[in-house]
Amino acid sequence: MEIKVVKDILGANERIAERNRQLLDSNNVFAVNLMSSPGAGKTSLILQTIKRLKGKIRIGVIEGDVSSSLDAELVAKEGVPAVQINTGGGCHLDANMTSSALGNMPLKDIKLLLIENVGNLICPAEFALGEHRKVLISSIPEGDDKPFKYPLMFHQTDAVLINKIDLLPYLKFDAQAFSRTIKKMNEKVKIIQISCTTGQGIEEWVSWLLNQIEKG
Amino acid sequence: MHELSITQSMLDLVLEQAQKAGARGVGKINLVIGEMTGVVGECVQFYFDFLSKGTIADGAALSFTMVPTTARCRGCDKNFELKEFDWTCPYCQGNNMEIVAGKELFVESIEVE
Repeated sequence: MEIKVVKDILGANERIAERNRQLLDSNNVFAVNLMSSPGAGKTSLILQTIKRLKGKIRIGVIEGDVSSSLDAELVAKEGVPAVQINTGGGCHLDANMTSSALGNMPLKDIKLLLIENVGNLICPAEFALGEHRKVLISSIPEGDDKPFKYPLMFHQTDAVLINKIDLLPYLKFDAQAFSRTIKKMNEKVKIIQISCTTGQGIEEWVSWLLNQIEKG
Repeated sequence: MHELSITQSMLDLVLEQAQKAGARGVGKINLVIGEMTGVVGECVQFYFDFLSKGTIADGAALSFTMVPTTARCRGCDKNFELKEFDWTCPYCQGNNMEIVAGKELFVESIEVE
């Protein structure tokens, strides 16, 4: 006997993500799902963002890593609430893990939640967490061919931050072609060139972020 | 690697549907997978073989219908397959398009006994 199913395989994750979103909304918290390859600068961007927004907006951070709590410790040193999720080998965060972390986050005390996903350009694209925006960091040393290799990630994101832009003179990276390709895949995407080392572009990133929070 | 969680979710969904139908065994699972998801059938099969052990879906055959990534050009309104992700319309060379197929990831049907 054949049974028609026609159900999304990730439907269960989507439903939990929806619940997370409701929980965030009811606490008036705006969440950003931060994704990139390992080493592209997610933690550095979080630290820069905390520095720029200190005293302006209260931030919480969820750190997703396969193992260790190094990143959460770095962030907690800045005096913001940080919850570490260890995926124990898993290559991405999912809505369920995020839900547990939200239980340990003082949602009433924060306005902006930065969720650092596991460093990976494939898997996180498939798993909604309940975030309001997706932000992708792509760094110069990774090469300008990444949009072709990981189209779903570039297609779905709300913003691409081209990090380590200070290395542009030393590496073969066509920033214009890179941006052109991304715009083709994703018409509305915001592209900002940044350097977490020199601080270039961070002001523009922060003002874009504040603008998005206002929009909700 | 995301195939592991995807296969687990797929299996949960299949078992739920099979139990609802009062099935004693699952013979075949028909899956639809969009190319853009990057999900690899061989990986799903590999994970399925050990995740399904001891369940009524153990030994079920997996059938994959792969859906090519298809875009619609907003300029000339034509549909075309995105090859190598060139993201340029082959008809009018436009760059403004929307994805109309290729992100699918669902269980189409199951065959139970």
